[in-house]
Amino acid sequence: MEYVIVGNSAAAVGAVEGIRSVDQKGKITLISKEPYHTYSRPLISYYLAGKVTAEKMFYRPLDFYERNRVRALLGKEAVALDAVNKVLTVRELRDDSVQEIAFDKLLLATGSKPFLPPIDGLGKKKVFTFLSFDDARAISSVAVPGARAVVIGGGLIGLKAAEALTTIGVQVTVVELGSWILNTILDQHAALIVQNHLERQGIRFLLQTTCEEVLGNDEVEAVKLNNGAILNCDFVVIAVGVRPNTELVQGTLLKVNKGVVVDQRMQTNLPDIYAAGDVAEGYDLIYGKQRVLPVLPIAYKQGKTAGINMAGGEKEFPGGFPMNSIGFFGLSINTAGLIEPGGDGWEVLVKEEQRRQVYKKIILHQVRIVGFIILNEIDRSGILTGLMSERVSVGDFKESLLETPGLVNLPDGLRHARQFGGAQ
Amino acid sequence: MKKVYVREEYCIGCHLCEVYCVMAHSRYPHDLLKAFKKGDPLPLPRLWVEEKGPLTFAFQCRHCEEPHCVSACITGALQKDTTTGVVTCEQERCVGCWTCVLACTYGAIRRDTKNGKMVKCDLCSNWGEPPACVYYCPNEALIFVERGE
Ligand SMILES: Cc1cc2nc3c(=O)[nH]c(=O)nc-3n(C[C@H](O)[C@H](O)[C@H](O)COP(=O)(O)OP(=O)(O)OC[C@H]3O[C@@H](n4cnc5c(N)ncnc54)[C@H](O)[C@@H]3O)c2cc1C
Repeated sequence: MEYVIVGNSAAAVGAVEGIRSVDQKGKITLISKEPYHTYSRPLISYYLAGKVTAEKMFYRPLDFYERNRVRALLGKEAVALDAVNKVLTVRELRDDSVQEIAFDKLLLATGSKPFLPPIDGLGKKKVFTFLSFDDARAISSVAVPGARAVVIGGGLIGLKAAEALTTIGVQVTVVELGSWILNTILDQHAALIVQNHLERQGIRFLLQTTCEEVLGNDEVEAVKLNNGAILNCDFVVIAVGVRPNTELVQGTLLKVNKGVVVDQRMQTNLPDIYAAGDVAEGYDLIYGKQRVLPVLPIAYKQGKTAGINMAGGEKEFPGGFPMNSIGFFGLSINTAGLIEPGGDGWEVLVKEEQRRQVYKKIILHQVRIVGFIILNEIDRSGILTGLMSERVSVGDFKESLLETPGLVNLPDGLRHARQFGGAQ
Repeated sequence: MKKVYVREEYCIGCHLCEVYCVMAHSRYPHDLLKAFKKGDPLPLPRLWVEEKGPLTFAFQCRHCEEPHCVSACITGALQKDTTTGVVTCEQERCVGCWTCVLACTYGAIRRDTKNGKMVKCDLCSNWGEPPACVYYCPNEALIFVERGE
């Protein structure tokens, strides 16, 4: 059996571990255009901040490929897929040489690519994206103390870049089109608390603002905003979002929506081709439909599910929902699922303690948790995640949900199941 | 695999399991007095004693078959040992992002905010068998057994 995996991040690693849990013999070839041992993408901001060294970025030990008998072709890009004859064309990035690789089972784990908004002048030097180790290294080389940076996009990735840059002494201005920052994971109230906290660390925010043009000759010198203002700066980081990296499968027989369409076994519409991670549309338990769920825990789980199925095992991805645990200068944020209630049948539980920057909002729909936002008081938040993924009716113990979660608050049956749990 | 289970009807809420858990993970893992007198900084207990009215019980990591914390770990620091089944965290690689706290549906992971690292039950793998919490439980409320899930 010839397994081929395109990608070398969370989903790909999950797939290797999934395949090897079923099939010790089959040949695994892994192809990645990044020339590095598998590394943790979220750690690029820690690297930029100087908190983690290059060696500590590795997502698995250095003998990972060897131990799992994986032929790792790093620094090579899959450029064409012949889904009918099951052949992949791979280009060596160093010398442009091309080879063809046949497969019995293929996994697409090509992840995300940065979305580039239509701004004039993005081709100038010192305009960066922030998605890869190479991006972090390139930014590192210009991010000297006292430099001025404009970060375009006040989402998770933009703010992680802003935090790291501030830590190393760069003056950062964040430009965000929306009315508040982190607007895919926080409501306006929580966002304001986080924004105030970031402002106290020296980050400047321009909300409801966009950048129209990057100015400068060869190199960035300033950005022009939609209100006409000109902001001088030494470099720019574009972080307005990511898109599934579906390039390789465009024009093939594979069904692609926003991401590659898969079933609960992570199989595409073609029987021997699978997709997992940021490139795929997995089942969202809360929305009740297939969606791109671009977070690492889901990428790993989907990859593992795909791997098991590719190797002849039986496994379904039970579904998930976006969840994020992030921190900025010591302020911890946990979020999951929906952030705003709808109409009938919805209920919102809220608690706030301004002095400690504590905010807790739990959203219920038909007495089931469908989302939450927690600032700072995040201990044991996973108990809520569990109630949410198991679709538990919380009517009987609703009042306790705003306390620090504990099994002690759960009804006997649920509590005992957890005390004796572990097999899932 | 053998795991620690609680029999809540026997738990008297004495918290000795926490005390001995701290000892077992301190610099003096077999000497309670030294651990608390000289072991500074003391580690955090890896289990929780939960209490509400007459109900009390100790609770720790379930060492799941398919641990959510391991899938969720953004650095790869959390791993399930393929031979022993114990879920452990390579402390040097933990960056304190707390994704595991959000992912563990048992709420079995503690934040060591001083060091910016997560801590969790390691079944006293480096201490002995049964784990210290079980060994020192005065009422045998904690047991270390195979339940064959
Ligand atoms: C700065 C930052 C911080 C983040 N923080 C968090 C966080 O705290 N928590 C969280 O859950 N998520 C976080 N994320 C998101 C998380 O990193 C992704 O969800 C996760 O990496 C997705 O994994 P993946 O395997 O699907 O794809 P990716 O990590 O995107 O990897 C794709 C892989 O495919 C390779 N590839 C792509 N195309 C080709 C091709 N044609 N040929 C060969 N190789 C190819 C790439 O080289 C790469 O190895 C963060 C992301 C960023 C950028």
